[in-house]
Amino acid sequence: MSKMLKKSLLWPFAVVAAIGFLSMGCSSNGEFGSSSDAAEKVYVAPGEHDEFYGFFSGGYNGQLGVYGLPSGRHIFTIPVFSQAAVNGWGYNEETKPMFQTSDGFVPWGDAHHPELSQTNGETDGRWVFINENNTPRIARIGLDEFRTQEIIEIPNSAGNHASSFVTPNTEYVTAATRFSVPMDEDNLQNMDVSIDSYKDNFQGTISFIKVSDEGHMNIDFQIRMPGFNYDLSHSGKGPSDGWAFFTSYNSEEAHTMLEINASKNDKDYIAAINWEKAAEYAANGEGKMIPGEHYRNYIDHEEGGVAKSELIEEVRVLDPRELDGLVYFLPTPKSPHGVDVDPSGRYIAAGGKLSTVIPVHSFDKMMTAIENEDFEGEEQGIPVLNYESILHGEVENPGLGPLHTEFDDKGNAYTTAFISSEIVKWDVETLEVVDRIDVYYSPGHLMIPGGDSQNPDGKYLVALNKITKDRYLPTGPEMFHSAQLIDISGEKMQLLLDFPTEGEPHYAQGIAAEKVKENQKRFYEIEGNNHPHAAKSEKETRVERDGNEVHVYMTTIRSHFAPDNIEGIKVGDEVYFHVTNLEQDWDVPHGFAMKGANNAELLIMPGETMTLKWEPKKVGVFPFYCTDFCSALHQEMQGYVRVSSEDSDVEVSYSTGQS
Amino acid sequence: MDTKKRISMGVAALILIGVYFVPIWSISMDAPQYPEGIGMNITVDNIQGKEKNDLQNINGLNHYIGMKEINPDSIPELKIMPFIFGFLIISGVVIAIVGDRKWILFWLGIFVLLAIAGLVDFYIWGYDYGHNLNPDAPIKVPGMTYQPPLLGSKQLLNINATSLPHIGFYISLLSMGIAGTVWWKSKED
Repeated sequence: MSKMLKKSLLWPFAVVAAIGFLSMGCSSNGEFGSSSDAAEKVYVAPGEHDEFYGFFSGGYNGQLGVYGLPSGRHIFTIPVFSQAAVNGWGYNEETKPMFQTSDGFVPWGDAHHPELSQTNGETDGRWVFINENNTPRIARIGLDEFRTQEIIEIPNSAGNHASSFVTPNTEYVTAATRFSVPMDEDNLQNMDVSIDSYKDNFQGTISFIKVSDEGHMNIDFQIRMPGFNYDLSHSGKGPSDGWAFFTSYNSEEAHTMLEINASKNDKDYIAAINWEKAAEYAANGEGKMIPGEHYRNYIDHEEGGVAKSELIEEVRVLDPRELDGLVYFLPTPKSPHGVDVDPSGRYIAAGGKLSTVIPVHSFDKMMTAIENEDFEGEEQGIPVLNYESILHGEVENPGLGPLHTEFDDKGNAYTTAFISSEIVKWDVETLEVVDRIDVYYSPGHLMIPGGDSQNPDGKYLVALNKITKDRYLPTGPEMFHSAQLIDISGEKMQLLLDFPTEGEPHYAQGIAAEKVKENQKRFYEIEGNNHPHAAKSEKETRVERDGNEVHVYMTTIRSHFAPDNIEGIKVGDEVYFHVTNLEQDWDVPHGFAMKGANNAELLIMPGETMTLKWEPKKVGVFPFYCTDFCSALHQEMQGYVRVSSEDSDVEVSYSTGQS
Repeated sequence: MDTKKRISMGVAALILIGVYFVPIWSISMDAPQYPEGIGMNITVDNIQGKEKNDLQNINGLNHYIGMKEINPDSIPELKIMPFIFGFLIISGVVIAIVGDRKWILFWLGIFVLLAIAGLVDFYIWGYDYGHNLNPDAPIKVPGMTYQPPLLGSKQLLNINATSLPHIGFYISLLSMGIAGTVWWKSKED
């Protein structure tokens, strides 16, 4: 009896032990953690290159991070909207104009959505665009030199969130205001009105920025929109080429406590914009030109490498209430966030962030509904299509808080579910969920190289996580955000790798490395240096005084400056060091740091000229030196500037190599 | 000498025109810090980097060890060489027209002597560059010289320098070969 009892008491322990044993090493659905197989898949041997470049927005660091995939190695950070002391971006005289806006010099930005340029609906490796959310701007970065080449400001906009998305041949980059603001009816000028007059006075705009063959951007037209919050966008492709789709929330037009007040309506809208028609209207001079001061800043090495700022005074605005066929609203549940067009261009998937399904609209049905004027009403003069008529279907049970969708090359869609922290794979035609994988913790955007183009490379998926509690060694309250690389080449998704990313990356884009590598610049030809203050050989080096401005025409070569001894500078002078790097070899930049300068260093690429402004405040002899280890004699690469008192009569003199 | 042989001799002389368009000799250098290599080609009248800025970068390296700057403008041989080949071409054609067998031997002899002289000159040039170092050079390795090899490979610090004939040299060899064959075959004439 006692034996029996003992036995029965032990039984539960046995069961628990058995369950524990069975579940060892396979948490939840078995995809958490990684295996040696995964390690092999992300291993890139020393000296070998990654298959893809990944461009990750830096979020609030205002920059663009470049990563190799599948290794997850951080290769580079391209300064865009924030000053970068590391190379003088936004501190030196050449690049300061890049930060010019109608609000003055704005040295920080909030970078959200990188977008690669496309040709025939495919990524082409020419440029990557990225938006700035806070002071509405869009930048163009040249992938020939991995540098920001142009930044254009967006007028009549407040919070440039739904950008920068391109049309299939990069005809346009789109931008839409996140916040609507009070704008007067005639000129869309921001008004001094009570915030609770929101419904009467607040409006939004969506902008279409034309891109020339050389990449230069100008705002072709803006479309006046109801006072909603515009969130994200994607352009149509294939059959839907010529259209662009923008999600909106706050169709309630609330102005306070939006978490409650903007979450009331069962459906908000996706705005479908016929940009081809809008471009026609604009070309025919329709709409009207209104004041809209904005800056276009650009820098071109061939033109001297000194940024120019151009103030543009006006902008063309099209009004959908007056121009037919411009904008239609697609009702979409519920506070839609992402809007993504599948590679065939036939389906438009929305991420209803408070919705329990993923609504997928059919472009064909949308066109039929427009043709039949199958409208369920009108919203501030814009026709609202009938939800049932345009719906391809709803993906059931897609996880909680679906946000963004990207596509592979096999007819599958992948959607991030923010609240339930997973990625859900579903079939675009049948709308059936075919796989799901947990991710750490809440994913925002996701990226498949080419996953928003007509030709995705359906090999890897990167889940960009918003919160990343315990993936790495702890670093205090603040830590880098995390990305997770997932293999999507097979039936089941497989987690391969975690890697940290700078700032809070929102979106990323990926491209086959081969498309980028062949156009790489390695250095700048010294003969092609058209900088107005270049010294192209040591013979041209000199120091010139002009009133209290002193211009130093200096050169660098391994391992000396010319000149390296300068005298005759006085307290109160404005000294401009125009430093030309004479090297003509790959990866031999020279740095230039001046003691006590109130800005940053210069980091000058081979063949390039950069200018540091220095205003000496004290009498004495001050050293300058090269900051970038350039050779065995790098440490010897230094010089002195003698600073005399304001009333001294020391003449300007300079020398190199005399002892 | 029959027409066929005269034509062959003419060809032997005229293919030397090719020497003006291709390098005669090549020096390549490999080092971990130059994974793609760096080097120079010697042509009849110039020294050029294999890639656009190689010569500038080689001079940049050389200045650490106190080697003289390689400046094609200051090398007199490069000014004479085009005329030497010009002389060989014209005299070779004249010999082909005249058709006198013994002049071929004479021509060949001069050619070979010039070639040997060229190689000796090249050696002296390399010796001078490698040994005659600036006493103020930043890097001095006791006992180290930097003479490039005349032919083949040699390790100089961590740089592996390889010196090899280039197409122009082989054209010259072919020319000698043809001329030599014409001379040999015309023995029975």
